[in-house]
Amino acid sequence: MHELSIAHSLVELAQQHLPPEATRVVAVDVRIGALAGVVGDALEFCYAIATEGTRLQGSILRVHDVPGAWHCVVCDAERTLDATFVLRCQVCGAPAGDLLAGRELELTSIEYDTAEDAPR
Amino acid sequence: MSMTPRVLEIRRQVLSKNDEIARGLRDRLRAHGIFTLNLVSSPGSGKTRLLEETLRRLVARGICVHALVGDLATDNDAQRLARSGAPVRQILTQGRCHLEAAMIAQHLDGWDLDACDVLCIENVGNLVCPSSYDLGEDVRVALLSVTEGEDKPLKYPAIFNSSDVAVITKTDLAEACDTDMRALHDNLQAIRPGMRVFETSSRTGAGLEAWVDYLVEQWRAREVPR
Repeated sequence: MHELSIAHSLVELAQQHLPPEATRVVAVDVRIGALAGVVGDALEFCYAIATEGTRLQGSILRVHDVPGAWHCVVCDAERTLDATFVLRCQVCGAPAGDLLAGRELELTSIEYDTAEDAPR
Repeated sequence: MSMTPRVLEIRRQVLSKNDEIARGLRDRLRAHGIFTLNLVSSPGSGKTRLLEETLRRLVARGICVHALVGDLATDNDAQRLARSGAPVRQILTQGRCHLEAAMIAQHLDGWDLDACDVLCIENVGNLVCPSSYDLGEDVRVALLSVTEGEDKPLKYPAIFNSSDVAVITKTDLAEACDTDMRALHDNLQAIRPGMRVFETSSRTGAGLEAWVDYLVEQWRAREVPR
């Protein structure tokens, strides 16, 4: 269970990028690849703990799953990793080369309010 | 006044801090001509035993090998490995389930890196968490004992996919465990096509020379003139 460590790293990184004028963080978006070794649900659970007492407290974490993908050189087509995690082309059976996607563990964006946005 | 929340695009790796430290570490170790391994596996697959045999054989070949060994608690492994005569340090993770690049950097202090040829890092026994953390290694080695079941790579795809080499351990027990070696190899190749795989038994010594030959080859290929 390393999602708590990752949640702390995520909160630290998000705080570094958060503009000073942000009064409230609404949501943080992350992309998690199928082969990143990180469980989205577990990260969401840990996020609530990791944000306590920070400027991100009360915000939600939105996890966007990224499927594993590679280019099959035999078929000359892009293939997507399925639930079996077998890195072989589902059409011709050729082994996959380098992954084009699937290892992401990325903070993509932060949604926030400023004082100007607050209802009067 | 309308309530339109603002969105700031960032697109940064969550573990970018660890990745930066790992990159610096890799450059530093390579500049010293050191070949670095990160050994990962489930607990009990024989990392420490393989490392004992590996260190002993490398020392016997006149290669200067150092080892860092990660555990949640106790320095039992460091004590075992130190018998090989190689410099060994224990990294205590205080409950953390994986090693991080900063822990490696801290534990190199005081070692004469110019004299070192090969650095072996034994990660915490865990097939999930270490997959996310680059330690600055040249090669990530996943160990898999024949007693763990042929489908282990399929059950833990992230760690096997992120590893460069696999070492099958305890091959002397394969027959007793009815291990289907062919299936084991097929499953490794399914998760990491083209993966280099070694079969070893630390008990009988089978396959160890070929494994150590590979390490020496890799070190020679990376050696820098002194």
